[in-house]
Amino acid sequence: MLIRGTGSGAGSVLFKLYVLAFFIFLAAPLLAAGMFAFNDSQFPSLPWQGFTLDWFFNDTEPKLGMFHDRRLLRGLNVSFMIAVSVALLSVFVGTCNAFLFVRGRFPGKNFFYILMVLPLVIPGVILGISILALASNVANGVEEAYNLELEFLRPGLLLVILGQFSFITTITSLVITARLKKFDISLEEAAFNLGASRAGVLRTITLPFLRPAMIAAGIVAFLVSFENFNTTLFLVGSDAPLTITMYDRMVKVGSTPVLNAVSVFLMLGSGVLALISLLVQRDKPKT
Amino acid sequence: MVDAADSVLPCICGTGELIAVGSDIRKLSLLLLFLPFSLWILLLIILPHVGMVVLSLREKVAPRVYEFGFGNYIDFFMEPIYWNTLIRTGLMSLLVTFLALLIGFPVAYYIAKLAGNRTKGMLFMLCLIPLWVSDLIRAFGWILLLRESGIISSFLMSSGLIDTPIEFLYTDATVIMGLVYTVMLFMIVPLVSTLDGMDNAMIEAGYNLGGNGFTVLRRIIIPYAMPGIVSGCIVVFMMTAGSYLTPILMGGKNSSWFTEQIYDQFISRYNWESGAAFGFLLLAFTSVVVWLGLKLSGQTLSSTVAKS
Repeated sequence: MLIRGTGSGAGSVLFKLYVLAFFIFLAAPLLAAGMFAFNDSQFPSLPWQGFTLDWFFNDTEPKLGMFHDRRLLRGLNVSFMIAVSVALLSVFVGTCNAFLFVRGRFPGKNFFYILMVLPLVIPGVILGISILALASNVANGVEEAYNLELEFLRPGLLLVILGQFSFITTITSLVITARLKKFDISLEEAAFNLGASRAGVLRTITLPFLRPAMIAAGIVAFLVSFENFNTTLFLVGSDAPLTITMYDRMVKVGSTPVLNAVSVFLMLGSGVLALISLLVQRDKPKT
Repeated sequence: MVDAADSVLPCICGTGELIAVGSDIRKLSLLLLFLPFSLWILLLIILPHVGMVVLSLREKVAPRVYEFGFGNYIDFFMEPIYWNTLIRTGLMSLLVTFLALLIGFPVAYYIAKLAGNRTKGMLFMLCLIPLWVSDLIRAFGWILLLRESGIISSFLMSSGLIDTPIEFLYTDATVIMGLVYTVMLFMIVPLVSTLDGMDNAMIEAGYNLGGNGFTVLRRIIIPYAMPGIVSGCIVVFMMTAGSYLTPILMGGKNSSWFTEQIYDQFISRYNWESGAAFGFLLLAFTSVVVWLGLKLSGQTLSSTVAKS
């Protein structure tokens, strides 16, 4: 009685309970990480000592809130810069790829399409080490041959951005390609017939149609970049992004509830961004 | 999927004159569009991987002296800890993939077929929420729940079920649960989108022809959902085998995940040649598993993961 199970019956109730249990399982660690941000205690554990916002706003040790913790704030700032760069870059290349694969005709297209999807299934650790090894090799070679130190090829911001860009571009390409496929080509024809130039058509018709997908892809890219750890771990230099800073603290220092406060902050931030991407993707009356 | 769009192209230009001009412009714009794509794939994917293979074939014979050879690979096969870790990672990843499918399929089915229109969207969004939260925070949440002084242990103590705190972390079962949790969404999303495209009439027809729930599931629903199942399994398997944070945070020092070996060689021992060999072995191993999975299920990469 699979499809008819929407009504009553013991099986259907059991099925609903199962789905409910599943969502409790999904939410449990997030609630656990979130709740201790508001516990008035030195440690993120029970018993509950009362509600506080100190882990966000307090400005003195030992309960230094996240908005006064210099290292966390610096990590947040670095993550933000990386994520914005990755988002802009990957949306640009993703848009080009969408036009290439939806409109272009060239030999070996299917092969190239698979190449485009490939980075998504390569483990992030391997992307990290392979890019690190290549960049270091080039930098070493240049140093030996020309006695020139190429600082930007050493672990640091640029390599982190490139490493994340290398697989996030696949995501943005897929999102924007899906939208471009839905485009009704007769709209462009009509504009051409009315005497519009190619650039004009692109600017006034095709790109506005793609805009929701571009924004959504940018938001996804931003979030994936922000939370990336595996690839970043190998490419990071002295400017550590937030995930690395938090990881160091978690492993080396032991956690205080300030990490919970950061978690709450990040969850709220991602929630707002996810909501925005939903709103822009909601289809307006057909353009 | 890609080819269908090709036929659209020629109709843009109206007159013969325009076609001549248009085809030059089109070639130029094709080249311009191909440029960012090729730079990206060549410089950030192909060259680094070729470089990694070349690096892995360099044998250290003396300090700062290298020779071409398979020494790093021979080392790997001579040292049981290394290949045992790889096999263990592979087997545990397969188990995680299977569990994720087993747990996720009913949920995906519920969302795609049983939930009402409004709850459907909401449930799907709920599924996606953990996706927007970093791995790190999810693992952190599990640690707070499961450790000796954690929520579950304290709760069991205060309810009088146990007398001494229990450490739930640092076991294989915990690592597997944490990994299933981490990758679950990448299983559910492709499943929901395939099942969503399935016509309910097909299921009804199955029942009308006298099939019971199990037969309908086995003969109709699962074959239809196969591309989604395979796509979800590939992504989940690759993500699990390549994961680093969850095993190390939830399994501790004894988790022996293969990515930890790679990290160890690269960062702690600064032995890049051997680290590159390990990286290549992980990639080769997981690719072979995925290839076998595709062969066994009769699917191709372009009918599953590469389908947008």
